[in-house]
Amino acid sequence: MDEGLKSELQKQGIVTTTLEELYNWGRKNSVWPLQFGLACCAIEMIATTMARYDLARFGAEVFRPSPRQADLMIVAGTVTKKMAPQVVRLYNQMAEPKYVIAMGACAISGGPFKQGYNVLKGIDRYIPVDVHIPGCPPRPEALIHAFMTLQRKIDEQQLTGANRPRHLDADVPGEYPVPKFGAHDLEPPKNPDVWQPPLAARG
Amino acid sequence: MPAGDSYLPILILLIAAIGFALAPLALAWLWAWKFSPKKPGQDKNATYECGLESKGDAWVQFKSEYYLYAIIFLIFDVETIFLLPFAVAFTDLSVAAFIQMMVFLFLLVAGLVWAWGKGVLTWK
Repeated sequence: MDEGLKSELQKQGIVTTTLEELYNWGRKNSVWPLQFGLACCAIEMIATTMARYDLARFGAEVFRPSPRQADLMIVAGTVTKKMAPQVVRLYNQMAEPKYVIAMGACAISGGPFKQGYNVLKGIDRYIPVDVHIPGCPPRPEALIHAFMTLQRKIDEQQLTGANRPRHLDADVPGEYPVPKFGAHDLEPPKNPDVWQPPLAARG
Repeated sequence: MPAGDSYLPILILLIAAIGFALAPLALAWLWAWKFSPKKPGQDKNATYECGLESKGDAWVQFKSEYYLYAIIFLIFDVETIFLLPFAVAFTDLSVAAFIQMMVFLFLLVAGLVWAWGKGVLTWK
């Protein structure tokens, strides 16, 4: 339907919608995060849910202790190589549709521990991340901004067609391979389907 | 109105209630069938859900001897319940009441001594 006609009808008190919009509207306003914190960013995540910042305004106050009931994984903090398989397994156990916010410098890149031997250099090496937030730690406003970005992303998803999201496509796997502890590093060190090392082009 | 008809509203209500419960389930099923494919997997279907792989057997044996400790605990439990009022009312009690209480305490302590003598208190 034409957007102009739609807003004209809305002025007269007639609300028109599509199944897709209704679906996205429902989904984006009831995202339940997984109650899951890894390091100091988790404290900011807790602050975001509390009265001052009040994540409940966005319909996301119900932090679930079980991945079966959660839609959103907020990777809040340093992902050590010891912890990475558990994070990926938790992601695998979440029900579709599922989203990931990588919160803070550590979760997106390894942060201050990037040169260290035991910290994963970004959780996006193993699972698809929807929104990255920089910061060490990001303030609650940043998490809220990331959340609103995710909501906008959900709002634009299409029900059918080639651009439909992962969870509506039967050919895209719902699980990602869980890395194993190798002799020196995690095996494999990255999931090439999800993450490729950035190419520095000269020219 | 004939007597038989008076249950009709209940029947209608029942059908409406069942429909109310089943309609969302049916809608969800239809939605999943039309749009959103099922994606089961080894991790997703795992019983344990805290990120770790479960290992070992769930059929673990517990030491049943623990029940003896629970029973011996009851001795002290009962003693406490009766000793406190006994101590509070001690100055007003007659000699007969005092002897009765001592006999009661003796019976309890005898049970403990018996259990001790049998070696129950030694953890093996």
